[in-house]
Amino acid sequence: MSDENKEYQLRIVTPERVFYEGNVEMVEFNTTEGQIGVLPGHIPMTVIVAPGILTITEAEGVKEAALHAGFAEILPDRITILAEIIEWPDEIDEDRAEAALQRARERLENRDSQTDLARAETALQRAIARIEVLK
Amino acid sequence: MASMRDIKRRRSSIQSTQQITKAMKLVSTVKLQRARAGAERSKSYFQCMYDTMNSILARVGEVEHKYLKSGETGKKAVILVTSNRGLAGGYNNNVAKLITRHETWKPEDLLIYAIGNKGREILHRAGYEIKEELPEIMEAPAYADAMFLTERLLKSFEEGEISEIYLAYTAFKNTVSHIPTLIKLLPVDRPGENDGDSTAERDRKDSLKEEKPVDYGAPMNFEPADEEALDLIIPKYVASLIYGGLVEALASENGARMQAMDNATNNAAELIDDLELLYNRARQGSITQELTEIIAGANAIQ
Repeated sequence: MSDENKEYQLRIVTPERVFYEGNVEMVEFNTTEGQIGVLPGHIPMTVIVAPGILTITEAEGVKEAALHAGFAEILPDRITILAEIIEWPDEIDEDRAEAALQRARERLENRDSQTDLARAETALQRAIARIEVLK
Repeated sequence: MASMRDIKRRRSSIQSTQQITKAMKLVSTVKLQRARAGAERSKSYFQCMYDTMNSILARVGEVEHKYLKSGETGKKAVILVTSNRGLAGGYNNNVAKLITRHETWKPEDLLIYAIGNKGREILHRAGYEIKEELPEIMEAPAYADAMFLTERLLKSFEEGEISEIYLAYTAFKNTVSHIPTLIKLLPVDRPGENDGDSTAERDRKDSLKEEKPVDYGAPMNFEPADEEALDLIIPKYVASLIYGGLVEALASENGARMQAMDNATNNAAELIDDLELLYNRARQGSITQELTEIIAGANAIQ
């Protein structure tokens, strides 16, 4: 990829709205297989999102959002994230996130055969992502 | 001829009905605009979802997957999207007819998941088994509702309680045209197997197919691998179709109500005009009669 092509197009859509649309230099987020950072000219790939922080590096600066579920389609010149749940930091209620974190931790600590482990873990990851992105 | 007082009373009663229908029309116009904007905002999500789903299905070829083949046992689940309130013309009946007038479906083979009270009432009366009723979703459809419903449906599907999942809703084409639509959610049809589709379903697919995929020289990779990706993406695909159905149905409902109320207002205006004419005729008749009586009285005195 030549030097002039430092940017590519990012589109984040949710069922309710178009969350973000613009040219970016790099996008980082969590997938089910681990963390990835995507630069222009990436091979075509579809990945499943895991709860975590989405970092968008634009020419002017860096933006962060809490990305919880969805999947992403990566192409050399653009990337589309189909996000089921995604929030900018100012849309997050810190008290609620803290409460959710507490709840999820308790559920994991006092687990028994009734506990839905996968669900509690996702809830924990979500709460952590929300709190991290606020910092 | 009816008396002047009767006509007057009838006219004022129609006038107040007209005021109600006019107000309802205005309210549904506003709601329609909001619902329509919502439906349009979510369109790009479904476009992407649909394209991705197709490209995955085209790639994986003939795999054995639990969501790609129908269960041998179990009933067909139908999600019926209707409104909670009436006065929307034929809106609710038209969707329900997709099920009650279906060529091959029998009431005992179906499990109805009724979103919206009206559809539940219609099908309950027709003797269908209502598995679940979720009237509150229609008040303000959210993606979380669709996810919740999908989770439960997929669980029943995996357990073999249901073999196929369908969605009956009203597609929103434009303000005046709403098409009752029945689509199959699970098992997912593979590309090239669509020959048995209903026309409406094909229409929907065609409208989603507009964008041609660009060839990037390298094939799409999946992380995790294809089958695992299917496990994760198909529930999202189903949820997005359900959500799409919900927002379109909401727009259609308000569109249908707006039309129905517009017709009602016009009919009321017509009735009022007719009554006005009758009233004036009766009034003139009574004046003429009084005059005749006075003149006759005066002539008698002379």
